[in-house]
Amino acid sequence: MEETMNKTAQPVIDSKIPEGPIAEKWTNYKAHQKLVNPANKRRLDIIVVGTGLAGASAAATLGEMGFNVLNFCIQDSPRRAHSIAAQGGINAAKNYQNDGDSVYRLFYDTVKGGDYRAREANVYRLAEVSNNIIDQCVAQGVPFAREYGGLLANRSFGGAQVSRTFYAKGQTGQQLLLGAYSSLNRQINAGKVKSYNRYEMHDVVIIDGRARGIIAKNLVTGKLERFAAHAVVIATGGYGNTYFLSTNAMACNCSAAMACYRKGAMFANPAYVQIHPTCIPVHGDKQSKLTLMSESLRNDGRIWVPKNIEDAKKLQAGEIKGSDIPEKERDYYLERRYPAFGNLVPRDVASRAAKERCDKGYGVNNTGLAVFLDFSEAINRLGIDVIRQRYGNLFDMYEEITDVNPGELANEIDGVKYYNPMMIYPAIHYTMGGIWVDYELQTSVKGLFAIGECNFSDHGANRLGASALMQGLADGYFVLPYTIQNYLSDQITVPRFSTDTPEFEAAEKAVQDNLDRLMSIQGKRSVDSIHKELGHIMWEYVGMGRTREGLETALQKLKELRKEFETNLFIPGTQEGMNNELDKAFRLRDFIAMGELIAYDALSRNESCGGHFREEYQTEEGEAKRDDENYFYVSCWKYNGSDETAPTQVKEPLHYEAIKVQTRNYKN
Amino acid sequence: MENSISFKLKVWRQKDAKSQGQFVTYDVNDIPTDTSFLEMLDILNEQLVEKGEEPIHFDHDCREGICGMCSLYINGHPHGPATGATTCQLYMRRFHDGDTITVEPWRSAAFPVIKDLMVNRNALDQIQQAGGYVSFNTGGAQDANAIPISKVAADEAMDSASCIGCGACVAACKNGSAMLFVSAKVSQFALLPQGKAEAKKRVKAMLSKMDELGFGNCTNTGACAAECPKNIKLSNIARLNREFICAKCAD
Repeated sequence: MEETMNKTAQPVIDSKIPEGPIAEKWTNYKAHQKLVNPANKRRLDIIVVGTGLAGASAAATLGEMGFNVLNFCIQDSPRRAHSIAAQGGINAAKNYQNDGDSVYRLFYDTVKGGDYRAREANVYRLAEVSNNIIDQCVAQGVPFAREYGGLLANRSFGGAQVSRTFYAKGQTGQQLLLGAYSSLNRQINAGKVKSYNRYEMHDVVIIDGRARGIIAKNLVTGKLERFAAHAVVIATGGYGNTYFLSTNAMACNCSAAMACYRKGAMFANPAYVQIHPTCIPVHGDKQSKLTLMSESLRNDGRIWVPKNIEDAKKLQAGEIKGSDIPEKERDYYLERRYPAFGNLVPRDVASRAAKERCDKGYGVNNTGLAVFLDFSEAINRLGIDVIRQRYGNLFDMYEEITDVNPGELANEIDGVKYYNPMMIYPAIHYTMGGIWVDYELQTSVKGLFAIGECNFSDHGANRLGASALMQGLADGYFVLPYTIQNYLSDQITVPRFSTDTPEFEAAEKAVQDNLDRLMSIQGKRSVDSIHKELGHIMWEYVGMGRTREGLETALQKLKELRKEFETNLFIPGTQEGMNNELDKAFRLRDFIAMGELIAYDALSRNESCGGHFREEYQTEEGEAKRDDENYFYVSCWKYNGSDETAPTQVKEPLHYEAIKVQTRNYKN
Repeated sequence: MENSISFKLKVWRQKDAKSQGQFVTYDVNDIPTDTSFLEMLDILNEQLVEKGEEPIHFDHDCREGICGMCSLYINGHPHGPATGATTCQLYMRRFHDGDTITVEPWRSAAFPVIKDLMVNRNALDQIQQAGGYVSFNTGGAQDANAIPISKVAADEAMDSASCIGCGACVAACKNGSAMLFVSAKVSQFALLPQGKAEAKKRVKAMLSKMDELGFGNCTNTGACAAECPKNIKLSNIARLNREFICAKCAD
């Protein structure tokens, strides 16, 4: 099937990359772009959906500039968006540690970490504005960690050989989001931003080919409402919850992105899903959510499984504990396989290596699906106080969930002290794919922009740790507020819209019809039971290791699952007032469509790269085998008018000028 | 290695803000003790849906104790019996077989019930909007290392900034005061040079908004700090009072 897809006509995709050498593109763009003068900004309205790092920072900045902003969030307050849960840190090319960092090196590491599937120009701009983000956040009063001399502290993260990660304990996302939230609050107080909480976007309204508003549901009253604006910005995060169990928050969903996709915005690289190596393993079938342990733990924690299969079997049977196994019987497999980067290899590499060991039978818990993350060596070297200062809150969190304290002395063998290790296993965490955008972050629909995790632009096939926060804030504070003006400059004569137009009428009716249909099915199965089934299909066939056969099976099973959803769903209650089950059902319909999109994309990409690993395409050592000759492109998908029909693939070829494309090497 | 418990769950059910609510008791059986409290509610809700009943509505999102969305007054304690943890980080191993567990929404004049266990905490946002920020526009910031800040001050500011805005302090307070919440934000900025310029304006604006929205006064009982899932210290309130008196003296 994918051969025919590859041969389909190639419409030219204009990614609007500015002319000039890579280091000058963004400067050139800003020097020549069109701007909107202050008097005209007051006449223009912008809808921003989402209040995470990207959404809140964009809404606040656009408000500061003088635009009128309507800002929507699904939670009860903008401060609760899932960016808040990011633990580890944010990258920037400050080179405060004098370890040889630079804008170019951050750019290079990000492109390499993304397995050479990101757009060069976007990534360079990201690295360029990274330093402004740190300055901005410090000025807002974000309490980053500091050294005794009063200057900012840094730590190292996966995929880099420099220490460029800024952090605020294990709560960096929280502090950055609260910084953006404070700027947002200032604009709400000033009347420039109007904030709509407990609202969920259900559709985007297109008039004469341009995005002109949204239909949103007031989750408290259950009523649909119409909102008009001169431009619409989507900042609604990723689609990780397609897999049911993920580290995403419970309300994270892809419905806003799917609404844009169904209205003509292309969806890019859906197969690139990041599986995070350090999550607390699944403990039973009643679980609703997985918990991430920050990647920063890999700075001092060493990952291992037993060398001997007998020891692994005893661990699985609960006969011995990790601390009973002495140093010489442990296989620190990341240090063994990747001497140069060791435990700090990128996430995709670390996740696959854990899967490889567990598949071979070396898993260390009762399900055989876990590896150890051990702090004994670090505690013996630095003392428990230093380690607790660095990771205390993570240790406490781990103990609360698992009843095991990783800082507790557990055994002493031949004079060496062994502490309780953590158990970890990979889990769905982040999605690199997303709505296709050009250099201006505009989607393939005019006036519709996508920022943060919900676009595809900067991370290629794999995202490095501490880069999500960087991208969200780069888009929201420093990129979109410029590029959106290039679009709005010729909209200044367009008066404010009424929502009493046939287009709004039709969009609202379609949304209402969909909700009526869901309510009327009155079958036997709960939303969650179908969602769990979706999760099983996705994890089994479209997860860490994919094959052509498995993906074809997945597509078949997803088709059956959609039928089950359409005919056997049960939603209690009415549409009046709040109805959580109806809201979840609305999202699940889109998760199923998203699952298919991921599978189509994964099937069409006959190579392994970053978060997409096809078992047919690997080296003898089990490393991912890329195919730059045939797959050096962004894979974009166009909706064909129905969820039942396969989408059409369109390719955006990648052009690298500054970086030589080569095999990723973390060994030496 | 897994233990299971069975218990009675006495839950506050209320159709919407205007309806009368009441407690409804459910028998919950065979819950593994390594299930989280909210997963236990998920299991119960699944059973209710299977019976064709409406599930219990409660606020929750990240389930990692950081977003501040979850609430619940469990057995007389905001966020339940565990200290230093939110409801979503509470595990059933804290309870025993045969227990009766009572679950209520936050009770406070400033937090009207929306449905069942969900309340409207918009008042907390409004207090932040009144002054919980540094007036600074994007772009044009000086280099982040231009002003050294002592590690002690930065760490203390970080501790105050750890507030997740869940409202447990308000729910715990016999007066329904939001002083701990307000003091955490005021302290964060009072401790950092960036917050100094508008410190006086900020503290007055936030406190007057708090009073306006129907929160009670502080009588230094300390229930707020005792119940806070993020261990925000009572000394923040002392700092807030000092900031407020200094601001008033300068008027």
